[in-house]
Amino acid sequence: MTAAVEINDVTFTWRGRTSFSLAIPELSVTAGEKLFLLGESGSGKSTLLSLICGINTPDRGMISIGGVSLSDLRPAARDKFRAEHIGVIFQMFNLLPYASPLENILLPLSFAPARRAQVDVPKDEAMRLATALGLPEEMVTQANTTELSIGQQQRVAAARALIGKPKLIIADEPTSSLDASTQEAFIKLLMTQTEDAGATLIMVSHDQRLSAQFDRSLDLAHVSRITRGTP
Amino acid sequence: MILFRLAFKSLLSRILTVSLTIFAIALSVALFLGVEKVRTGAKASFADTISGTDLIVGARSGGVQLLLYSVFRVGNATNNVTWQSYQDIANRDEVEWIVPLSLGDSHRGFRVLGTTAEFFDRYKYRGGRDVQFVDGLAFGDLFDAVIGADVAAALDYTLGDEIIVAHGIASFTEHDDKPFKVSGVLKKTGTPVDRTVFVSLEAIEAIHIDWQGGGRSQNTISAEDVRQMELKPKAVTAALVGVTSRLKIFGLQRWVNEYSEEPLLAILPGVALSELWSLIGVAETALVGVSIMVVITALLGMVAMIFSGLNERRREMALLRAIGARPRTILMLLTTEAALMSFVAVLLGVTLLYTGLFVARSHIDAAFGLYLDITWPTAREYIVLALVVVAGTAVSLIPALRAYFLSLADGMQVRN
Repeated sequence: MTAAVEINDVTFTWRGRTSFSLAIPELSVTAGEKLFLLGESGSGKSTLLSLICGINTPDRGMISIGGVSLSDLRPAARDKFRAEHIGVIFQMFNLLPYASPLENILLPLSFAPARRAQVDVPKDEAMRLATALGLPEEMVTQANTTELSIGQQQRVAAARALIGKPKLIIADEPTSSLDASTQEAFIKLLMTQTEDAGATLIMVSHDQRLSAQFDRSLDLAHVSRITRGTP
Repeated sequence: MILFRLAFKSLLSRILTVSLTIFAIALSVALFLGVEKVRTGAKASFADTISGTDLIVGARSGGVQLLLYSVFRVGNATNNVTWQSYQDIANRDEVEWIVPLSLGDSHRGFRVLGTTAEFFDRYKYRGGRDVQFVDGLAFGDLFDAVIGADVAAALDYTLGDEIIVAHGIASFTEHDDKPFKVSGVLKKTGTPVDRTVFVSLEAIEAIHIDWQGGGRSQNTISAEDVRQMELKPKAVTAALVGVTSRLKIFGLQRWVNEYSEEPLLAILPGVALSELWSLIGVAETALVGVSIMVVITALLGMVAMIFSGLNERRREMALLRAIGARPRTILMLLTTEAALMSFVAVLLGVTLLYTGLFVARSHIDAAFGLYLDITWPTAREYIVLALVVVAGTAVSLIPALRAYFLSLADGMQVRN
């Protein structure tokens, strides 16, 4: 079985006013695995995720997603690859405020023809996912995106990440804007739907308590090494 | 397709600023087209000041000068045409009609023109339109006067009102012993006819019969006595001539110009009019220049609006990138928005202009004698409209490129 994510001897440096560099000697995630990454803010988690998504490219080393080495792809092809194979959920500001919740869910399909081909009727699939994630139907079709509560917005974001069955779901602190009672429920639903789609899930959080439901839990501090300083 | 939808929705969500921006561009487009309409309208109205007249004959001077004093009543003739010469021209075979013009006197700032009643039949404007009477008739009595629409409006004259003609253009001596009566009021034409007081050629002779060398002589002749006298003019200022066939215009013109008894000049009104327009037409270039500036200003306003929205839209850009949009898609989203705004603005501008034209046209014609033709935009105007959309899209590349580089730098998260 090929690894969903394979990282080998990667280093990456942000060039700005203060330099920040991240080194990951080795990280491997098996397909279908649900991995919990524990990381405080500033632990380099956002950098790691944007490397996995192919938005930033490492200075050195190899990152491959589902057997495809990202550094072999040209920038446009990397963007296409991300659209086709990766669904992303952020901590907040997940949705386009001017598009309806339904349009937000359907949005990735416009950039990913293969994902679009996975679903027969996009709208039906969007509604199925939304209902499965506990969103009332009329809320998806009729409400304004800006009227949704944070919890509802995160569910819409999850549906958007899952539509068209991408192989990899990346969740960056998806629950930290939610209150404790809904956090667990959200993660449960997310997991069920990820399994349903046959996808791999990588979730980053600073909250150790959430790790219980995952197959494996890693501390980012042990995975990566961070160097800060003036260049 | 998705770009179009997103751009449209995004614009809709900022409807207030977007519609203000669109309205500013639309106004500038309407202004530009309006200036074009007024410009061509004014040019056409000007060229249509006199039509149906084949030649204007006067004493030898410049063509433009002859046109100015005979048609526009601007300036003075350097010399007159003697009655003998006038008769010689009138008796030519190729002359179908001839109307004398005798200028020199005025009434409260308006020129007094001595002519024959035939003037009102022969003088045409705007492609053959007749001069029409709103009230009354042409000269019946010796001391009848017909007034133009502006004269009637400015001096509040109606039929039967008394008019005292002053001697010369700006003088204090008046022909107060021989008052005129308003016998007819003309309809607005938008030509110098509106600002003219018409009297018969004989009346011009009658009021000057007891004048000598610019002053009144000792032996005055009363208005009653003058009626009994033979009132044959000694000279006229100019004459409008119609020929029997257009082919004979140049032959007659040459004959007049080579007339040996007296130095005369015959001009084709159309040629002299376009010569004159080329002199005063510089103003139209200035008008066009100013309205182009206004369009540019409005487009810059749109660029400023897009720029000011960029920062708060960085999260939106980052989100689109995370979903799989290329930086180029972000660039195209912004330029599509600008193109949509420019396009809607152009449509709105055209609508504004034509609505304005429909509402104001008759009023403008009545007030200024400026006839604005309502026609489909010309090819030149279509090109300008397309250019506005293209320019709007092109200038939006500046903020769009900034967004492009921002989204490259930001990636999936906004870094400040």
